Amino acid sequence: MTHPVLELRNVSKSFGPIDVLHDISLKVNAGEVLCLLGDNGAGKSTLIMTLAGVHKPTTGEIFMDGEGIRFDRPKDAADRGIATVHQFGGTFPLMSIGRSFFVGVEPVRKFGPLRIFDRKTANQTAVKAVQEFGITRIDDGDRLIGGLSGGERQALAIARAVHFGARVLILDEPTAALGVKQASHVLRIVLEAKKRGIAVIFITHQVTHAMAVGDHFAVLIRGALAANFMRGEKSREEITDLMAGGEALADLGAEIESRMGPHDGPPPQPAA
Amino acid sequence: MTSVTRSGSVQGAGGGVLSPARLGQLLRRPEAGSLLGLLAVFVFFVVAAGQIFVSPAGFASWLNVAAEIGIVALPVGLLMIAGELDLSIGSVIPASSLTVAIISGHYGLPEALGIAAALTVGLAVGFVNGFIVNRSGVPSLIVTIGTMFAVMGLTLGLSVLLTGSTSTSVVPAPFYKAILGQFVGGMFQITIVWWAGFILVAGYLLHVSPVGNWIYALGGDRKSARNAGIPTDRLTIGLFMLSGLAAAFVGVGQAMVYQSAQVAGGQSFIFNSIMCVVIGGVLLTGGFGSVPGIVLGTITFAMVNQGIYFTGFDPNLGSVIIGALLLLAVLMNDTFRAMALSYATRKTPGGPKP
Repeated sequence: MTHPVLELRNVSKSFGPIDVLHDISLKVNAGEVLCLLGDNGAGKSTLIMTLAGVHKPTTGEIFMDGEGIRFDRPKDAADRGIATVHQFGGTFPLMSIGRSFFVGVEPVRKFGPLRIFDRKTANQTAVKAVQEFGITRIDDGDRLIGGLSGGERQALAIARAVHFGARVLILDEPTAALGVKQASHVLRIVLEAKKRGIAVIFITHQVTHAMAVGDHFAVLIRGALAANFMRGEKSREEITDLMAGGEALADLGAEIESRMGPHDGPPPQPAA
Repeated sequence: MTSVTRSGSVQGAGGGVLSPARLGQLLRRPEAGSLLGLLAVFVFFVVAAGQIFVSPAGFASWLNVAAEIGIVALPVGLLMIAGELDLSIGSVIPASSLTVAIISGHYGLPEALGIAAALTVGLAVGFVNGFIVNRSGVPSLIVTIGTMFAVMGLTLGLSVLLTGSTSTSVVPAPFYKAILGQFVGGMFQITIVWWAGFILVAGYLLHVSPVGNWIYALGGDRKSARNAGIPTDRLTIGLFMLSGLAAAFVGVGQAMVYQSAQVAGGQSFIFNSIMCVVIGGVLLTGGFGSVPGIVLGTITFAMVNQGIYFTGFDPNLGSVIIGALLLLAVLMNDTFRAMALSYATRKTPGGPKP
């Protein structure tokens, strides 16, 4: 029996008197997508930051490959292959694709005593890495990140993480700000990462997106694990009801769902 | 495109056959706006001032000014790309000028010692700036205003204490006069050659070496840059030390040229260097800019500053033109940056659309 890549056992986190996470136990295996669902304020962000080494759990343990670990700073988690991709992907909008791909790990040529940033290699590697994820529209490493679409930025950030050996990929609401078509691109990339044997933790509050790619689902409500189930065990309506706090009113669920789905129209009008 | 190899070369930015595709690429570079601005200013003064402006004396007039500001503007520009400002240069220039004048003039010690001490003053102020910015998290604008006043006060106090005066004269040995304070051909300051050297160093740092990538990343987002493993604290201190060193170098050069040093002076460099950098297409908030741009911006600034004296206009109007030019440059640079962002891959007809 192989160990899960990443496992949380009874993890709690408090900031002073406030309990943000309460007794969370979760595991994610290689080549598996774990969807972490929850409404705003449910503790998703704190959970991610705990996994990424930003916060330390107050109680409880984290295991990687069955071995107990402790992250003192974000770099420790990164060195173990835990990569986090945030909602907007690249954080350097005015840098070129090739340059930002290799930030901090620049490929270097020597010219006498001088160290030269190998722009050509950087651009080629970056473009190749992102094209392997099916984004063939990116073909020039000199383009600026800020000129890419939201989905392309996500793809680039994921390709970067995978290129540098990520084993656990934490995707923080990657589809939240995207249109339907862009979101489906990102979901395809999630599946591609899964196919390569990467353990993916997919954070979202869009049930449809979660159901499209998830193998395993966990619902967080007010810092506690409200449900933990495998693909096919619950229907979409049940999950939505769970996220809304278990108020199983069908019409309320439908209303929430309609508000949460991506749409192009104006925001809903408040009732007069 | 050969953007990397041509850094620092003014002519290179406009060279080659300008096919529409190449022109398009050129327009999306950070220095595109400043190149057009420079051409416009040059043509304006050739028309308004006539033959004298393109004579050697005309060139010397603005090149001398450009070289002094340019040496400071380069590291200030690198700092700005990294998201920081340095106003302390305004008092480092007179401080280093006086240091060399007091050590080598007042006390008559060797010039090498005076120059080394003056450059150390610049490096030390830069280190303090970087250290405080890293440790306190206070914006560098405030930190360097603080160090500017502190250095100004120290300079005045120590100068009066040591020499009993606010100005000191120095007569450099011929060797030091030749390498730092000479007028080549009677009109071109040797500083121009040093400026060229600083351009090469800054161009290498920003566009060729991997450090350039760190500078852009630092200016883009400090926290992400640190998480990516970039030694952001060391880089910040290093950049401040570089601007301190450059300012001290200009101070030493001034002492050698004018053979005296005063406590006052140098303040004009603060805004002038920032203006050169901004006209050169560097984004005030960091993350975007280039060394060729800074060089073009400096030349443009110096041309307006000096060119007005060759025309029949009231010289006081020079400041009006510079003010208008600055606003125009920022507006134009915004446009060119927007173009750079929207730049999609070209040439393939019927190709991909974003």
